Amino acid sequence: MSNALRLYRRFLGISLRAQMEYRASFLMQSLGNFLITGVEFLLIWALYDRFGQVPGWSLAEVALLYGLVNTSFPIAEVLSYGFDAFGSTVKAGEFDRVLLRPRSLVLQLIGQRLALKNVGRFLQGLAVLSFALSGLSFDWSAAKVLLILLALVGGVALFFGLIVLQATLAFWTTESLEVMNTMTYGGAETAQFPLSIYPAWLRTFFIFVVPLGCVTYLPVLAVLDRPAPAGLPDAALLFAPGVAFVFLAVALRAFQFGVGHYTSTGS
Amino acid sequence: MPQIVVEGLGKQYRVAERKAGTLGALGGLFRRNYCMVDALKGVSFNIERGEVVGYIGPNGAGKSTTVKVLAGILVPDAGRCEVNGRVPWRERIEHVRRIGVVFGQRTQLWWDLPVIESFELLRDIYRVEEAAYRKTLDELVTRLNLGAILDTPVRQLSLGQRMRCDLAASLLHAPELLFLDEPTIGLDAVAKLAVRDFLRELNHAHGVTVLLTTHDMDDIEALCSRVMVIGEGRILSDGTLDGLRAQVSSERRLIVDLERENGSFEQDGVTVERREGHRVFLRFDPRKVPAAELIGRIASRHAVRDLFVENLPIEEIIRRLYERIPA
Ligand SMILES: Nc1ncnc2c1ncn2[C@@H]1O[C@H](COP(=O)(O)OP(=O)(O)O)[C@@H](O)[C@H]1O
Ligand SMILES: [Mg+2]
Repeated sequence: MSNALRLYRRFLGISLRAQMEYRASFLMQSLGNFLITGVEFLLIWALYDRFGQVPGWSLAEVALLYGLVNTSFPIAEVLSYGFDAFGSTVKAGEFDRVLLRPRSLVLQLIGQRLALKNVGRFLQGLAVLSFALSGLSFDWSAAKVLLILLALVGGVALFFGLIVLQATLAFWTTESLEVMNTMTYGGAETAQFPLSIYPAWLRTFFIFVVPLGCVTYLPVLAVLDRPAPAGLPDAALLFAPGVAFVFLAVALRAFQFGVGHYTSTGS
Repeated sequence: MPQIVVEGLGKQYRVAERKAGTLGALGGLFRRNYCMVDALKGVSFNIERGEVVGYIGPNGAGKSTTVKVLAGILVPDAGRCEVNGRVPWRERIEHVRRIGVVFGQRTQLWWDLPVIESFELLRDIYRVEEAAYRKTLDELVTRLNLGAILDTPVRQLSLGQRMRCDLAASLLHAPELLFLDEPTIGLDAVAKLAVRDFLRELNHAHGVTVLLTTHDMDDIEALCSRVMVIGEGRILSDGTLDGLRAQVSSERRLIVDLERENGSFEQDGVTVERREGHRVFLRFDPRKVPAAELIGRIASRHAVRDLFVENLPIEEIIRRLYERIPA
C-alpha cells in the first residue's frame, strides 16, 4: 500500500511537471473553466431574479444542489483523466504498456494524469456551496454534516463510475463514445437542479438507473428535512449516497470484463 | 515442465469492413459490417528454460499476436497457454512481474521523460530493491553503453539508442524470460550488432529465455538455437536452422573459380545458378550427387583455381518456405 502511494506520488509529480511546462495554457484553461461554470451559476441567479423560483425551492437550496454537483464532478474529472482519455489510449495501442506493468490497472490509469484544469470548476463549485450553506437556515447536526460529506464523496464515486463505464465502451468500439459523454455531462447538468422539476420517468431514471439523484437530490432533501419522493421511505434518503459506491464497483467490474476483450492494435 | 507451453492457440480479430464511396461510409454510420480475421489457427509449441528461439514468418502471419498472448495482453479464443506455470491473462500481475517485453515498433518508455527517470519509475512499478536496482542498472548501462544518454528525453533518442534503452528497461526487474518483437527493426548495422551481442551475453550469463520475432535472418543465425516458422496462423516448421534447411531443400551450392572464363557444366544433378567472370555458382543435391564425386568430376574436366561448398543462404530457404504457404 505504501509503495502504491509512493508510486502514485511519482506519477503525480510527472503529470504536474508536464502540465507546468505549458504553464500559460494551463492557467488559461483553469481560468476558462472557472469562468464558464461561474457564468452558469450567475445565469441561474438571474433567472431566479426575473422569473421567481423553482416551485418550493429557494435560491440557496438550489445552490446547495448546484454546489454539490460542481465540487464532486470536477474532483472525479481530476482523478479520472486516464479513463476519460481511454478511447485514444486504446486506439494508439498504449494500453498494451499498462497491461505489461505488474500494477493494478486502476492505479495506473488514475496515475496517468492529474487533470488539474478542472480545479477552476471545483473552486467555483466550492464557492457556491459555501454561499448555500451560509444562506440556508436549518438546524445543523453532526448527521447532516456527515450526510453532506457522504454526498460529496458519493458524487465523486458516481461520476468516476460513469467515466469508467464510458472508458469500458472503448474495448468494443472506437466510435459512439459521445453517447456516454452526453450521459456524464448531461447528467451533471441535470443534477444541478431539483429532480422535482423533471418528468417522472426522468426522475426515476436518475434515481434508479444512473443514480445521480442518490448523491444530490435525495441527500439534499434529507438535509432540508423534506419528505422522500415517489414512495421511498424517508430513511432511504440517508442511505442513498451509498448507492454510488455500488455503482462504482459495478462500473469497475464492467471495465475488468472489458479488459478480456481488449484487442490491441495491429502494426 | 517447459517454461512456456502453448497448445492449439486460436485468436480471431473482428475487423470493420469499410464500404467504398460516400454512400458506403454513410451506411457505416448506422450499420457496420464486420469480418473475422483468423490470426492464430491452432498454434502449439513448448519452450524450455534458457532457450533462445527465433519466431519468423511473413507479415501478418501471427507473430505479434502470439507474443501478445504470451505477454498477457490478449486473451485467446481457443487453446491453452502457460508461462512459468501461469495462465498469463488470468494472473496478469504475477505473470508480468517475471517477464520482459520489447516491441521494436513502440517504446515502453515515457516519451517526455529523461531515460533515467523512466528507469526509476520502472524500479518503483516493479518494486525492485534499491541495491538490486543499482547493480542491474550499472551492468546494463555498461553493457548497452547508455552512460551518455541517461539524461536525454526519450523522444530525442535515435532509433538505435531508444532500442538499447528499451532493452535495458525490460530487464531492470531481472526477468527470467524476455519477449522481443522485432527488436532490430529499423536499426543500422552497428546497432544491430550491439543488440545481438548483448542478447547473446544475456542468455549465456543469466540464462534468460528469449523468444524473438524478426525479419532479419542474421539475427536468427547469430542468436537462435531454434527457429519456429509461422504462416497463416499455423506453425510450419520448428527446429534447428539446419533442420529447417533440410526440410525445405537439401540443395547445396558449389562455387568454382576457374582459370578461364568459359567451360561447360552440363551434367546430371547440377544446375548453373549464375556466373560472375571466372566464378561459377552451381547448385546440386548431395543426395543425388555426393559432393566429393562432383568435385572430382569438375576438377578432372576444368582448370580449377579454387572451389568451396556452402549452404543455401537462409533468406532463400525462408523465401521458399513462405512460397509454400497456401494463400
Ligand atoms: N488489433 C488487431 N485488430 C485487427 N486485426 C489485427 C490486429 N492485430 C493483428 N491483426 C491481424 O491479424 C493478423 C496477424 O497479425 P500479427 O500477429 O500482427 O502478424 P505479424 O506480427 O506476424 O506480422 C494480420 O492479418 C493482422 O492484420
Ligand atoms: Mg508483428
